[in-house]
Amino acid sequence: MAVVTADAMTNAPHTRGKSKMAARDLDLFYGDAQALFNVDLDVMEREVTALIGPSGCGKSTFLRCLNRMNDTIDGVTISGKVTLDDRDIYDKIIDVVQLRARIGMVFQKPNPFPKSIFDNVAYGPRIHGLVNSRDELDEIVMTSLEKAGLLKEVKDRLASPATGLSGGQQQRLCIARAVAVSPEVILMDEPCSALDPIATAKVEELIDELRSNYTIVIVTHSMQQAARVSQRTAFFHLGKLVEVGETDQIFTNPRDERTKGYITGRFG
Amino acid sequence: MRKEESHIVSSFDDELTRLNNIISQMGGLAESQLISAIRAISKRDSELAEQVIVSDLRIDKLEQEVQDFAVRVLALRQPMADDLRQVVTALKLSNDLERIGDLAKNIAKRAQVLNQMAPIRPVQVIPNMARLAQEIIKDVLDAYIENDAEKAQRVWARDQEVDDMYNSLFRELLTYMMEDPRNITASTHLLFIAKNIERIGDHATNIAETIYYRIKGEDLPVDGRPKNDAANFAVIEPNEAGE
Repeated sequence: MAVVTADAMTNAPHTRGKSKMAARDLDLFYGDAQALFNVDLDVMEREVTALIGPSGCGKSTFLRCLNRMNDTIDGVTISGKVTLDDRDIYDKIIDVVQLRARIGMVFQKPNPFPKSIFDNVAYGPRIHGLVNSRDELDEIVMTSLEKAGLLKEVKDRLASPATGLSGGQQQRLCIARAVAVSPEVILMDEPCSALDPIATAKVEELIDELRSNYTIVIVTHSMQQAARVSQRTAFFHLGKLVEVGETDQIFTNPRDERTKGYITGRFG
Repeated sequence: MRKEESHIVSSFDDELTRLNNIISQMGGLAESQLISAIRAISKRDSELAEQVIVSDLRIDKLEQEVQDFAVRVLALRQPMADDLRQVVTALKLSNDLERIGDLAKNIAKRAQVLNQMAPIRPVQVIPNMARLAQEIIKDVLDAYIENDAEKAQRVWARDQEVDDMYNSLFRELLTYMMEDPRNITASTHLLFIAKNIERIGDHATNIAETIYYRIKGEDLPVDGRPKNDAANFAVIEPNEAGE
């Protein structure tokens, strides 16, 4: 496993890049119930943004707005704006399939297709028509597995079913699958909640490496994880974005009483 | 203590309270050690000095207790935000308080030596200087217990007064030694005592800074206090001493 260099650590929190994705005045209703209130949040390019908050606070709902995963749910209405590189992703002319190729997603439970390890990673490039030859496809699958830190472990059994991998390996396979279509943004919804501490550490290490090429948004219930992997942290409570800031500031000196109450484990 | 909502896990609150209590206890002890050490000088009481030397062990033990306990809390609770600052503060404070205790012990040791010599005049300034240092310690401990950042900041600014007293005493003792070489032994001990008190003031300043950070989450603004280390550069010419 690669070691995080001191250089990467010192550069990490303070390189303030440009905003890759932005939400403005975002409201979301499930039927009559409002789940998000007026959320304004910038996701910085090539940084890890962690979304934290108690269950039902709207953090996963918000995450799913970022690649229009809520479109498929009946009765959801959204107002406000979400942009990717300043383009409104809810614009009528946006092709959602293309959008999700640019904004990949990794879920709570590893969900490999019931296919071989190779085919899992090759699936995206194939359906998006990203490759012209078998060689190119091989190349993409190998580099994606490499980027996900999985290649060494699976290179001798690419044809085996992905479901035979351990949970942690499956989750890294899902990350390889997301990476294979060269997304710009990767959304992760509690990617480690089903993994043991060692597998979690590997995924966290991977997230840290991926951030040099991708913009990452991660929802997590583990505050220690948010503290470890992210550069910016956003705290949601009752559907509102309460506070967003540098991760070290949020965890050492939060400005809002509600943030403090949550991260220190007090009633709030 | 602090008006703060309770943690969901109530034993965590108990642990933080215990940490606070040990620090308060250490602070009280350090303060009384200084008072006793100075009384041992002004009353020429070598027995009291001996007591101070022995009691220092209690402060050392408490420091060890704070360290063990704080490390335990860090490992098992992984505190965040102001909880984290509280634990880190306890660690730092226990360090400064232990040093204050050591300096008081050192004063007591020198008191025992001084008490075997004829008294010299500048001794009288020492209690004044020590009283100031002791007031500063008391105020800074109050600031800790009351969570009062402004009070901590005011205490921090007062260290200058201790430094000024030290600088003037330094000059006085140099002059005194030049007047009569037989004064040198006693004066040198007094000089070290004064230096110890001055160091105690510095530790109180550190404590004030730590308390400010603990409450505000940011460093105390450092533009206020000009550090006046005049004694480092003081030179007394022989003809000055003769006057």
